[in-house]
This record gives sequence, C-alpha cells and structure tokens, in this order.
Amino acid sequence: MKRIYMDNNATTAVRPEVLEAMLPFFCEQFGNPSSVHWAGRAVAGAVEKAREQVARLINCSPAEIVFVSCGSKGDDFAIKGTADALRDKGNHIITTAVEHPAVLNTCKFLEKQGFEVTYLAVDCDGMLDLAALEAAIRPQTILISAMWANNETGTLFPIEEVGAIARKHRVRFHTDAVQALGKVPVDVQKANVDLLVVSGHKLGAPKGVGALFIRKGTKLTPLIHGGHQERNRRAGTHNVPAIVGLGLACELAGQELALKMEKVRRLRDRLEQGIFARIPEVKLNGHPTVRLPNTLNVSFAWIEGESLLLNLDLKGIAASSGSACTSGSLEPSHVMGAMCVEITLAHSSTRFSLGPDNTEEEVDYVLEILPPIVQRLRDMSPLYQRHLTCEECSIVKRI
Amino acid sequence: MYTDKVMDHFSNPRNVGEIENADGVGEVGNASCGDIMKIFLKVDDGVITDIKFKTFGCGAAIATSSMVTEMALGKTVDEALQLTNAAVAEALDGLPAQKMHCSNLAADALHEAIKNYREKQK
Repeated sequence: MKRIYMDNNATTAVRPEVLEAMLPFFCEQFGNPSSVHWAGRAVAGAVEKAREQVARLINCSPAEIVFVSCGSKGDDFAIKGTADALRDKGNHIITTAVEHPAVLNTCKFLEKQGFEVTYLAVDCDGMLDLAALEAAIRPQTILISAMWANNETGTLFPIEEVGAIARKHRVRFHTDAVQALGKVPVDVQKANVDLLVVSGHKLGAPKGVGALFIRKGTKLTPLIHGGHQERNRRAGTHNVPAIVGLGLACELAGQELALKMEKVRRLRDRLEQGIFARIPEVKLNGHPTVRLPNTLNVSFAWIEGESLLLNLDLKGIAASSGSACTSGSLEPSHVMGAMCVEITLAHSSTRFSLGPDNTEEEVDYVLEILPPIVQRLRDMSPLYQRHLTCEECSIVKRI
Repeated sequence: MYTDKVMDHFSNPRNVGEIENADGVGEVGNASCGDIMKIFLKVDDGVITDIKFKTFGCGAAIATSSMVTEMALGKTVDEALQLTNAAVAEALDGLPAQKMHCSNLAADALHEAIKNYREKQK
C-alpha cells in the first residue's frame, strides 16, 4: 500500500543529512560541553556552531539563543519566565484565542497565580484584529504573546505589525514561531520580537530539541534551577546530538526555504483546487491567502473528522483533524471554535500539511481517494439527509 | 487504537440506511460532542425484522451503530431492550477508554427507537 504523509505540521522525518551530522556525537564525540578537557572541548564547539546556525535563520546574535528540549518548553520558559521577572511591573498578559496549548494552558496556569489574561478573538479567517490588540494594552500589561503561524489552519498573523504595536507601547513580545520556521521567512529584527520559540522536529531535526530566542537585555527568570549551562538561563546538560541536528536543520531550512516552499505551495494549491473542484459543500478553514504555503484545512459538511481520517489511513494517507475525537476532549478544536466555525463543520475539520517530499502523484492519489470516502460517509450521515429538508436543523448548534 | 472488530464494522458497516415508514425511529447524541446516531426499526409480531442506522460520528460511533443493528436483528423488542452499550462495546472486543463515554451510544439509540415504536402502538 502507498504511504503518503501529509501531516508535516505534526512532525517531520529527520533529514538524512541531519541524522548523519548527529551520529558522531553519540559514541565518538560524547563529551559534556561544559567539561574543560579534550572530550568536552570537542563538542562545545559543535554546540556553538549550532547556536550560530539557529541564530542566522532568525537573524539574531548567537548569544541570544538558548537551547531547550522542545517548543512547549520554550513557550513555558518565555511566558512564565516573563511573568516572574516582570511581576513588579504588572500582572496583565495579552494572547490570542487560537494559540497552541503550550501557550494557552501556560496562560491559564498563570491566571490561577493571580495574573490577568486577555484572549484576543480572531475573525472567521482566523485573523487577528490589530486595533483590538492595541486597545487591550493596559499600564499593567507585561507581555503580548501571539503565534507567527497557526498550527491548524496555517493562518499567518501580521507579526511585524504586532511587533510595532508592542514596541510602541513598550510591552514585551513573545511569538511561538514553531510552525513558521522553515516555511516562511522569520526575522526577529523586522518583527521586533523579544522572545521567539523554535522546535526542531517541525523542520527536519529530531524530536526533543528546540530553541528560545531571548533578545539581549530581556530579563527572564530561569525555570530550571540547576547548573550554569546556557549562561545561567537554562540548566541541564546539553542534548548535544539533537542540538547539532537542530543547527544543521536550521541552516538547510534557510538555504532551501524559497525553492522548497514554492514547490510545496504548488502542491498544496493543486490539492486545494482539486478538492473544491471534486467535492461539493467543502469549507476552507483559515485565511484564503495569508497562510503557510504547506497547510490546507478543510471541513467536509455532514461528516465527522476522525472517521474521515481513519478511512484515509486505511488507504495509506496520513492527515489530521480538529474533531473532538482527535483533540482528546469532548470539544472540537478551540481554533475552529474561535473562528466561529459551525460545530459539525468544526468536528469535520481536516488538515493536510504538506512537505517538500510530497509529489504531484501523491496529491493526485489523495484527490482520487477522497471524494468516494466523503460520499460514503455522507450517505451514512443523518445530517446529510436532513440538510435536504433543513427546517429542523436546530440540533446543529453553533459554537 | 481500535480492535480488528471495530475496524471491520467501521470499514464494512452493516445495515446502513433508512427504513421508509419505519415502525420506530430513535435518535441520540448531539452535534456539540460530535456523535449523532439514528436507528430505524421494522417490527412484526414484536420481533425486529429489519433495522437500519445512520450515524454522524467517529470510528467508534459508526462501529457501535453497525454492531447494535446486527445484535438486535431478529430479537424481540423485549430482548432488544436488554442490550446495553457495554454489551455492544464488548461484542466489538472493547473500545478505547476515551470512547466509552462519548461514542458508545448505539444501544441508547436502539432503546429510543423501541420507545418510539411502543408509543406508536398506543
């Protein structure tokens, strides 16, 4: 059976050249970079090289990069570290309703600690209202946290404008750029970002490594109280092989971004246009144009997302869904809810996130497989019949 | 995450469809939790002689709907009322824990259909 992977926003395979660069750091160059002897010195240089590679991708100084163990750790550090460091300045945080749980749940935790959090609404395309952002700023506001690109829909926030507003009001600005890195240009200077989170496994590095950009002069309370690693900002022995992998993956992402993403965009557009041409009653979730080049999130009316995913999986196609069944709760995706997607459509939301390894043949295979699956599930759905005589649709509540 | 039996009933669901002029129709679930099941019955002399379902929902919702129709067909309505959601899950060799409370409603839909049949009889 064919195996087609279209879930690159969930994770990516480690690139072969990245793996090859990592391998010497397991057995041969195994030293602790904090050690002064030969074994430590040999790997300290490799860690610093990786720091430079990450810094170059986002246009910052290597000293502003701290390695962490994943994207969630980076968000946690940025938000809680700010909350603690700026506690005397204020207790108000602004974020958005569509952030990754790594940000949302950290903010919810801080609310229990006495912080006030404003969750900015988004419009039906998942776009942020800059006027609402500016209006939400108070004298007590210590942090604005807004993601660069949404993981479910790919919608790109106007990050440079957010950064300008943050700077104008002298409020610290954190962005989770996990989905943006390697897919769109990311420049912390242009965007006036103070804290930015990178995750390795979304761009061809292994799982279990990430980085946090901390702009020089940004006071952040360390959350791990241990050794002196990372200039006392993040204790714990470096995960050297993974850090080396992250460095190379960032370098390659920077070199290949324009070329690879143009290819990915063409494939994504082919899939999107093909779906809309072949299947009626489909809704695009997310912004139609201001969107990551690899992401397509669509809802197929009258059917539920998990059953669609299982059917695709039976045909070897890996995608993901915002249905309750795949969100691990009884509620469908909070991102769909924030965009006011009608609730059965939210349960149906299906994300295809492509990568440079996908091909036209794979896209065409999905376009061949998908319409009969959707039709079969619709024929099985009591809602599909009902919509033909749709007076009694009151059961279909809105979020 | 699903057993072979669940995947069998999900991939090849039995008794999908509607019955025109059904003797009983039952519906459970709601859109907000993502599962809606509807069951149609034909009853002759107190015996379920035909049964069909329509379901909007996940793999477990579709598989339990299919299984309950298979279990109820040929039973008397009194026997069918004894069928429980737990028995349906068991017949499928079990469901993932998180599905037991949300998508395991097929016996409830069957009971609603029988209730509807009995009301029509009055």
